[in-house]
Amino acid sequence: MDFILSAVIVLGAIGLIAAIVLYVCSKKFAVYEDPRIGQVNELLPGANCGGCGFPGCGGMADALVKGADSGSLEGLLCPVGGTDTMNKVADLLGMAIANGEPKVAVVRCNGTCEFRPKIAEYAGLRTCAAMHACAAGETACGFGCLGCGDCVTACQFDAIHINTITGLAEVDESKCTACGACVKACPRNIIELRKKGPKGRRVFVSCVNKDKGAVSMKACKVSCIGCGKCEKECPFGAITVENNCSYIDFEKCRLCRKCVTVCPTKAIRDVNFPTPAPAPKPKEAAAPQKEVNASPVVKESEGKEEKA
Amino acid sequence: MNIRTFRIGGIHPEENKLTHEVATKVADLPKQAIFPLSQHIGAPAKPVVQKGDKVKVGTMIAEAGGFVSAPIFSSVSGTVFKIDTAIDATGYRRPVIIINVEGDDWEESIDRSDKIELVENHPELTPEEIVNRIKNAGVVGMGGACFPTFIKLTPPPTAKAECVIINAVECEPYITADYRLMMEHADEILIGLELLMKGAKVSTGYIGIETNKPAAIELLTKKCAEKFNGSSYQVEVVPLAQRYPQGGEKQLVDAVIRRQVPAPPAIPVNVGAIVQNVGTAFAVYEAVMKKKPLFERYTTVTGKKLQNPGNFLVRMGTPMKDLIDACGGMPEGDNKLLAGGPMMGKALTSVEVPICKGTNSVTILSGDDARRKEPQPCIRCAKCVSACPMGLEPYLLAKISEVKNWERAEQEDIVSCIECGSCQFTCPAHRPLLDNIRQGKSTVMGIIRARATKK
Repeated sequence: MDFILSAVIVLGAIGLIAAIVLYVCSKKFAVYEDPRIGQVNELLPGANCGGCGFPGCGGMADALVKGADSGSLEGLLCPVGGTDTMNKVADLLGMAIANGEPKVAVVRCNGTCEFRPKIAEYAGLRTCAAMHACAAGETACGFGCLGCGDCVTACQFDAIHINTITGLAEVDESKCTACGACVKACPRNIIELRKKGPKGRRVFVSCVNKDKGAVSMKACKVSCIGCGKCEKECPFGAITVENNCSYIDFEKCRLCRKCVTVCPTKAIRDVNFPTPAPAPKPKEAAAPQKEVNASPVVKESEGKEEKA
Repeated sequence: MNIRTFRIGGIHPEENKLTHEVATKVADLPKQAIFPLSQHIGAPAKPVVQKGDKVKVGTMIAEAGGFVSAPIFSSVSGTVFKIDTAIDATGYRRPVIIINVEGDDWEESIDRSDKIELVENHPELTPEEIVNRIKNAGVVGMGGACFPTFIKLTPPPTAKAECVIINAVECEPYITADYRLMMEHADEILIGLELLMKGAKVSTGYIGIETNKPAAIELLTKKCAEKFNGSSYQVEVVPLAQRYPQGGEKQLVDAVIRRQVPAPPAIPVNVGAIVQNVGTAFAVYEAVMKKKPLFERYTTVTGKKLQNPGNFLVRMGTPMKDLIDACGGMPEGDNKLLAGGPMMGKALTSVEVPICKGTNSVTILSGDDARRKEPQPCIRCAKCVSACPMGLEPYLLAKISEVKNWERAEQEDIVSCIECGSCQFTCPAHRPLLDNIRQGKSTVMGIIRARATKK
């Protein structure tokens, strides 16, 4: 019996000493972690995809809490969870909604094979970066989409693809999380994150060509020629023309679509509007479209509807 | 005889020197001349003329835009039509000065006689004066890289020049402009070399020529002996075995004086050598002795399918189309138009691109020559490793560039790559090695620059 007793005493003593040492250590070397980090981490999807630019959700949670302490969540977005998750996080941290307006990637190039004919054949490495570095590309436009799909490779959400008929990159709005990976990947800065707009309706200049009008027109029939008609027409001062290219500020744009009507080359695109309203029957027809001004003059924009 | 060459790597592409024995013709004046403002490495030049200004041949139309830059001179007389953009050799529209040609009226200061001016007869030519004249005449490296020549002649205080090496290698297939220049203007080139040596305050000179140009070796050896025997200069013509890319300055330094240039940022002058192209030596002669700024050059227009390929003395700003037409026009079918030779040349999408300071050749590849073969998986044969003249591992650099591992790329010395294309030429699987490496190199150089500016 002595054996058992002594064994119990010895082991018990070791256990006690170890417990005391561990207790002291845990107090002495305790690392304070903001409890909010853990809470934020709970809210994040836990996919650890790195789409936010941080190493996993833990890193993102850390950055969010630090951001909240310094007063802004600007630039932090979980592409997987999207706005829902970000709203929850913002609530938890007591912040204003960081990225309140949902955004979407927009490819600003109209130059389909039809409108922008090929003048050469590129035989080198088929990435946009390589093609951009060695020449203006296969068409005469030195600014437009090269169609090699660096953005497709960069997208982790399968939300952008090259349309084989038009040769242009197209964004699948339902999948796009506005993470901005394609924006960074595009060597020509064609892709922009723009406000998604009510019911996905938005108006944008689908061209970034900075050549003079005659030159860009020669390269592509639907390029922005910098004529400035849209700038004059816009009642909200949302449009500026710089370096022969027009740009619509999506914060100021009220989606009246007057610019779409006046654009001589149809470089300005409107998407997700109910199929172009036929010749406007004033007042009654305007009723369902609340953002559109009393008499929206909208011309047919043939062949430009985008899949919702 | 033990014929020298560089020690690492190298390949031997088919020569195709179609125009070796075609004497140089003077190209017709263009109707309109186009002068890109960036014809050299460094800051673009700044225009000093305006629309409607009258210019003569040799009038400065744009001044140097910084220290590393060079002025640009009109090669024609006429009226400035406009300052606009046009496609240049980069493939993009860049700022240019366009001049409508009227007559051929030269600036009076230019000596147009054929008389050979000797350095001995011009005591006013101090080394400083020579460098200054070279700088003011807009002379840049004529081999293609277009680095302003005067900077090479004034090395940084950490380096000491010991010799001038004239690059008469012309290892690139098809091109024969330098060979024709040597055969037709050997005396001027040697005076140009003398000026370069005097300007750089050295007394040793070498002329490196590949053995596929025996006539040039013989001619220059004879002329050198006549000219420099008994003078204070030692000049030697060095015959070199045929091997691409011997015309790369680091390879040439190794071949001629057996010294290896260390990895960038080291340049040949860090091992005591100043390398200049024969075309540059000729331009230096004209700039210093004839007061003729750089506005003309020797250019080869060549291609297997071209009816009459030839060598031309051409005014800069002439569209390539004019030269191609003078050779019988663009061949039928698919063609690849290159500014430069088939190894280092740059494919163009327009025949309206003008001849610039660095356009040593207009090469037209037709049919199968113009196409690339379908890339296959790498079989790890390491041919590219043996071919690389810089001792790099192209297959590895290409792969790490492809997966965007820039840190590793920097460790593997991607910036040492001279983009000669030997790896891609030798690859039995036709892999786009250089395309990838170029991407990696430019990105890594960007990262290094950003780091340097941050400090």
